[in-house]
Parts: sequence; structure tokens; C-alpha cells
Amino acid sequence: MIGEWLDIGWLNEIPVRGSRTVTVEGGEEIAVFRTGDDQVFALVNRCPHKGGPLSQGIVHSHSVVCPLHNWTIALATGEAQGEDKGCTPTIPVKVNGGRVLICRAGTLKAAA
Amino acid sequence: MDFQGFGAGEAPAETPDAGGGDPREHLIVIGNGMAGCRAIEELLARDAGRYRVTIFGAEPHVNYNRIMLSPVLAGEKSFDDIVINSADWYRENNITLISSDPVLAIDRDAKTVVSKSGRVLNYDRLLIATGSDPFIIPVPGKDLPGVITFRDMHDVDMMVAAAAKGGDAVVIGGGLLGLEAAHGLSLRGMKVTVLHLPGTLMERQLDEAAGWMLKTALEARGQTVLTQADTAEIFGEGKVEGVRLKDGRDIPASLVVMAVGIRPCVGLARATGLEVGRGIKVDDHMVTSDPAIFAVGECVEHDGHVYGLVAPLWDMCRSFADGLTGKANPYRGTVSSTKLKVAGLDVFSAGDFSGGGGGCEDIVLRDASRGIYKRLILQDDRIVGAVLYGDTADGNWYFDLLKKGETVADIRESLIFGQAYASGGGQADPKAAVAALSDDAEICGCNGVSKGQVVASIGAGACTLDAIRATCKASASCGSCTGLVETLLAVTLGDEYAGERTVKTVCKCTSFGHDDVRREIVAQTMRSIPEVMQKLHWSTPDGCASCRPALNYYLLCALPGEYVDDQQSRFVNERLHANIQKDGTYSVVPRMWGGLTNPRELRAIADVVEKFNAPMVKVTGGQRLDIFGIKKEDLPAVWADLNAAGMVSGHAYGKSLRTVKTCVGSDWCRFGTQDSTGLGVKLERMSWGSWMPHKFKIAVSGCPRNCAEATIKDFGVICVDSGYELMVGGNGGIHLRGTDLLCKVTTEQEAMDYCAAFIQLFREEARYLERTAPWIERVGMDYLKARIVEDEVGREALRSRFLYSQSFSQDDPWAARAQGGEREQHAHMAQFKPLPVEEMA
Repeated sequence: MIGEWLDIGWLNEIPVRGSRTVTVEGGEEIAVFRTGDDQVFALVNRCPHKGGPLSQGIVHSHSVVCPLHNWTIALATGEAQGEDKGCTPTIPVKVNGGRVLICRAGTLKAAA
Repeated sequence: MDFQGFGAGEAPAETPDAGGGDPREHLIVIGNGMAGCRAIEELLARDAGRYRVTIFGAEPHVNYNRIMLSPVLAGEKSFDDIVINSADWYRENNITLISSDPVLAIDRDAKTVVSKSGRVLNYDRLLIATGSDPFIIPVPGKDLPGVITFRDMHDVDMMVAAAAKGGDAVVIGGGLLGLEAAHGLSLRGMKVTVLHLPGTLMERQLDEAAGWMLKTALEARGQTVLTQADTAEIFGEGKVEGVRLKDGRDIPASLVVMAVGIRPCVGLARATGLEVGRGIKVDDHMVTSDPAIFAVGECVEHDGHVYGLVAPLWDMCRSFADGLTGKANPYRGTVSSTKLKVAGLDVFSAGDFSGGGGGCEDIVLRDASRGIYKRLILQDDRIVGAVLYGDTADGNWYFDLLKKGETVADIRESLIFGQAYASGGGQADPKAAVAALSDDAEICGCNGVSKGQVVASIGAGACTLDAIRATCKASASCGSCTGLVETLLAVTLGDEYAGERTVKTVCKCTSFGHDDVRREIVAQTMRSIPEVMQKLHWSTPDGCASCRPALNYYLLCALPGEYVDDQQSRFVNERLHANIQKDGTYSVVPRMWGGLTNPRELRAIADVVEKFNAPMVKVTGGQRLDIFGIKKEDLPAVWADLNAAGMVSGHAYGKSLRTVKTCVGSDWCRFGTQDSTGLGVKLERMSWGSWMPHKFKIAVSGCPRNCAEATIKDFGVICVDSGYELMVGGNGGIHLRGTDLLCKVTTEQEAMDYCAAFIQLFREEARYLERTAPWIERVGMDYLKARIVEDEVGREALRSRFLYSQSFSQDDPWAARAQGGEREQHAHMAQFKPLPVEEMA
């Protein structure tokens, strides 16, 4: 029986103010972010602008700055900030007992 | 006040006790701690005679305030001071206390409990309040004598006894409990080291900035605080002798206190077959999956939450008591707030200070000189979280606003200054607020300047911020009152005020410009990014993508060999040591000294191109080979192959020395005047690996025909018969700029020395992301000549500072990662392979 949440590893495997990626076979990569205050967010690893890998951006507060053209994306909503318009799909993710759990259905939907 | 059981349960009963004919329902409480007794207090307050009550306790004590164990350890209070309910209370309320006798089993069918000593008692209702157990990290040596936890009075007695002998103590865990233990042991004369796995102390209550302040304050009191310290084992022969960290460090200790956290104590409930998640599952009236059994306190899981604080416990006990006396008062969870004195330092946090909901905004106030940090998290003009350090006076007010969920739109401007200021009336307009200040109100705390003095300075002709700073010194130190002074200028001068100063700030997180920040970093010997943000009053919790790389560079430049580079404050290319491309792959440029290569290197590059299916390989403008289309996860393997052929990182991605381009010079060229290739290789060997404000390119041409295009480089050498012309400040790019002649020198060594001095001056004085061309336009060639050409002593000092810094920076960053270092930057965290279609449907 496969649960609703997928265990993808320890929280401390993700650098603070950084990100790790999760590959989805046959789908898009997921970026899992850890912020300075130890919150965790998961987004499709693709900037709504030109598809830049958000996982490689600089994380500050609850935003990430895309490494390609400096768009700022809100981690909680996936929305581009400021004048820029666009949205990256987000995936429910939570931490339980130090383990990072990502929503299985959300992952499949977002990565499809 | 230690005693064994007394009252009705004095003699162990071999048979289920019948309560001596008492017709009332029998309520048994398992746990004589804060939750269990509070629940009974609430019950007594509602309907004192309704239940016959028996309480089982594992400890040999009456009910005491566990939160106050810290002052007992610190020697500030005695055990008697922290007793909540004395023996008289049990007696007066006809409560049977059976202490030192934990309940070991519950028989739900027979409705009995069995205690360790063999007592068997019938219950009608059962309340489980077993609290939590300290979490013991499963490392070798955890059971050695001298390794203890910090949970009850017995632990405190052990610590007090150990401290009497003096020596070293290690506290594992930098949360509240660990820090309290460390503080107490430190006061009792032990040399204490705190080990904390996360990077921030009390990371569940504090954000990074507040955690840093706490760490600094504790260190100032003589404790050693190691964050990101991962315990490998506790060692010792027969008793504890020290703690070994995973990075190999040994820390001596005759006492180890394990305070990494607590876990709900659910063993009994689980064995009884009650529904248990992380804690014992209860409904809104604290009823477990068995309607006759209740649970309150830290052992409980309600609506997915477990709590480790005291406030939720009070709420739970109220709901429990109301339910038991026939009144519905459902428990709806508790928004937590923590107002604490940690080791005598004031700390407050409430709500979701991490602002997880999205669309959140931060308001940050930092006052370095008073050691204050305040941060409010707002969402839709409502406070959703708060972190306060140093001054927690307004904590309750913020918490109240948070719980009520009231809009703060009207007082937003002055909210962070606290209730007194924000509710002072007429404060919606900050100008009016400043105008309303009395003449003796302090404007600048650093220099003790009052409003009257600032206004007097303005009256005497100081009509700009800089003039104010020069005359009355307001805003001349930390700068946190800059906004206030500018408002005073505007209020006093009216239309005559020319407006705010034009210094361009580093970014919107600060009111300081680049030069101010660099000057203060050096003047105050700041050592970390959080420290700079705190001391210079950053208005955001952890900066932004503009200021973090700049601060990281400034610190790196100011503290060679000492500052630890923050990878997460680096742009992707410098973090991954390769150039990101538009499709998210990377290009890799190995270093070829002076543009020279050989068959071995070329073969290795060719092999890499084939092995990793690189779609393109290209000769760059800087005379290198660029391999395109490499995936992030393949980079370490690519580097391993290139390393094996003797090649290192080419830094084609960094704000650093890129390339030294050369022509073939006097060895081959019929026009060549000097060994330009040889000098180019030497320059590159000297300056590779150095981090700079921006990219830096060098070229050496063997004659004035200038085949290496040295006159559009940051540093160019034109060889002539009589020596070397040194050219600076050129670049191609959008704004083409040819070099200026710095000077002419006669020997190769001089050319090298001047180059080193020039690079160091650029490193120390240019602003981050400023290339040499705009820098020179700004400071002028005369300044450069004065510093590098005319000042021989200064030049030598610059050169030796550069070489000293280089002694730490010439490690090939590829090599460590090719051998598996910093794997988290490259490897995927997990791979997800969806199961067949029916699972996905």
C-alpha cells in the first residue's frame, strides 16, 4: 500500500537557504526548498519565465531568485513577484520527525 | 519534601480497591506532573466533590513546577520554592497521592490500573498525563555513567553533584532546555560546551538573526557554542570522558547532558491499545479512543499537533474539566507563544514566525547598540507571527493582536516600535509622530543626540543628512536613526529640504551604501553575514539575492583564511563551479595556463566530450576550451576526469580571475620583444582562484601589435624592448573601454608585483559587481597612480595582502567535489518512479 506522502529524506540533507531536486520518472523535476527559518516548500523546478532551474537560485525569506534572469518566485504560491507575471506549480510538502514528506498525488499532478 | 504515598492508598492493596464504600465515581490520574494536577485543580474549581481522585506519580515528590527546574539548577531557587501543590493540598481535597509508583498497565475491560509495586485499583474514569520523555540520541556511549538528561528533579540533583567537582560539561542540544542546563552548569563553575545540530540555536523558537544574537551573548559569558555539531559518539572508560563529533573533534567532558528534545510518553497508552499517533490521540474534549479514558498535556496529539509548552496544557485542562462536569468547551488547539528568559536573556516568539502561508511580509527592527531584534510577520495586514530578542515588553501586545486577528493597517507604520508608540494617537502619519516628539526625545542612541540638538543643528545651517552627521553626530554611527533624522529635516525645513541623500544603497534591505558597509565590516571586525545584518540594521530577516553575495564577498575579502564562505549566498555559477546555460545544463572550462595546452589535456577533454555526450565544445575568447551541455549531477565525474589529466577549474564562472590571454612572444614571433607567454603563465599562477568584486581578465601581448588584445582587459601588459607597459581598466562588453596606462616597468618581477597590488586595491575598494572600468572612472587614474606607483610601501603592503589571501584560495574547487565533497549541491535528493497506472488513477 502506497501512502499519500512520499518520504524523500532528512530535512538536514537540504542546505539551509538551499534546495535539492527530486526526479520524477517520465515527468518534470521537483525542487524542494529549505528556507532560513527551516520551512520546506516544493515546486516544479522550472521558472514560469523561461524555464530556469529554480533549485539553483538564491533563496531569501520565502522566495527564490531564478538563476537565469533574476525573476523572484514566492515559494509558498509559486507566483512571480513584482512586475513579472507567471506561476510555477507547487506541491504540498511537510516535515515530520525530521523527515521530508512530499504529497504523492501532488507530485504526480505537478510533474505530469 | 520527599515522601512515599500516603492517605487512602498508604498500604499496597493486593485486590482491586473498592474506595472504602465511597459511592462517587473514581477518577484515577496517571502522572503527578503539571498537566495531571492542573486538570484536577480545574475540576475542583468546577465541582469539588464530584469525583473521588487518586493520582499516581513516578517521582518521589508532590506536584512541582517543572519549568522552574532551571532556576533550581542555577541555584536561584530551592525545591520548596517550586512546589505547586504541597501535601496539604492533597490532604485538604481528599486526593490520594501514590508517589514513586508508576502505573505499568491498564486493563480496559476490567477498568483497573496496575502499578509497579503491585497495586491494582479500579477506575471509572482514567486521565493519562504522562507528559514526555527526553529523547536520547542513539550514539555509542549514551549509557555511560555521567550521561544524563534534564527532565526532573533527580536530573537536577545529579547535575548539582557533578558540578560540585568542577571540570568540563557538554550539553547536547541548543534548545531551551539545553541552554538552561548550560547556563546553570556554567553558573556552578563548570566549563560548558553546547553542541547543537542545526545552524541556529533554538531554531524552533528563533529565526537565524535572533539565534545569532543569543549565541553571541552566551559566548560572551564564557560558554562555547558549536552549531552544526553532529555527535558521533560519547567516549570514556567506565565513565564519560568526552564527546566525539562527526568531523573528528573531541570535546572533553566529565558530564554530558542530553537535551536534544522530548517525545510524548505514549508507551502505556500504546500497550493498552489506545489510538496513538505521535501522541495519544484525543478529541476536542480530551477523550481518547476509549470513552472512559482521557489524556492531557505533552503526551497528547490533538488535531495532528503535539505541544511541548505550558500554555496549551492550561487550555486542555479547562476543556477536560468542563467536559467532565457536563459543559461543552471544545479545545481548538493553541496558537503558541513563547516568552522566555533563556539564561537571563529575553526571548519571545509567537505564531508562525516563519510565515509559512505565502504572501507574508516582514517588518524588522534592529538596534545593535541595545542588543535588540524585533521581527513581525504580517499577512493581509494581520500579524501572523513575531520574534523578539532583547526587548520582549511588547510580546503580549503583539500576541494579542495575533490571536484576535485584527487588521493592523492603521498602525502599520509604527507597529514595530511597540504599543506605547503605535497607540499614542495621531501616529498614522510618521511625520506627525516625529513632529510631536518632545525636544528632549532621544533621536540618536549611539551618540546621545536629542531632537532639540538636531533641530538646533538644522537651524544653524545643516540642511543635509551629511551636514547633520558632521555637526551634531546624529546618525553618524550605526545609522539606524537615519530615517528619523531625515524626517526631522523634512519637518523642520519644509520645502527647503532638498530631499534624501543620493547614496545608492546596496539593495532595498538596507539604508547603507556599499562603501559604508565595507568600512563598517572592517572597522567593527564583523565576522558573519547575520552579524553584519544585525549591526547594520538590515530590514529583512536574511537579506536578498543582491546583498547576500555582496556581503559574502566583503567578508571573504576582509578575513582571508578565517571567514567561511557561505555557499548559499553565492550565485549558482560560483556555487556549482560551472556556467549555467539557458536549458539548465552547465558548461565546463578547465584552466589552461596562459592559453597553453598539450596532448594529454586535449585527449582528456576529447574523452570527456564523448563520455558525457557534450553536444558542443568551443574555443572561448579567453583562449580556453568550453565543454557545453553537462548536467548538474554529472559535473563531479567530469571534473574527476579533467583532474586526472592535471587540469583544474578555469573559474570561467566566477567573480574572480578568469583567464590570462597571451600571444606567442619572443620564443616564436619575429616581432616579439619579451616572453609574453611565460609572463602570462606566471601571472595566472599567481592570481588564479582569487575572488574579486567582479570578473577580472588579464592579457599579455609580446609587442605593441597587441595580438592578445591586452588594451581591453582589466589588467594588460604590452611588452616593449625596454620593458613592460602596464595597462588597467579596459573591458569589452556593452560599454567598450580601452585601458589607461598605469606605468611602465623594466622587469618581469615588477610587472608581477604591480599586478598583485592593483588586483588587491580593486578587491579591497571596488564595490561588488563593479568592474575595473567603472571603478577607475569613479576614483580616477591619479588616485590609482598615487596608491600603486608613487607609494612604494603601500604597493608592497597591497601585494603582500594579496599573496596572503591567495595562500588560502588556491585550492582547486573541483578536486574536493570530484572526490565526493558537497554532494548535496549536485546529487538529486530522491528519485520517484510512479507505480503502474492503476495506482495513479
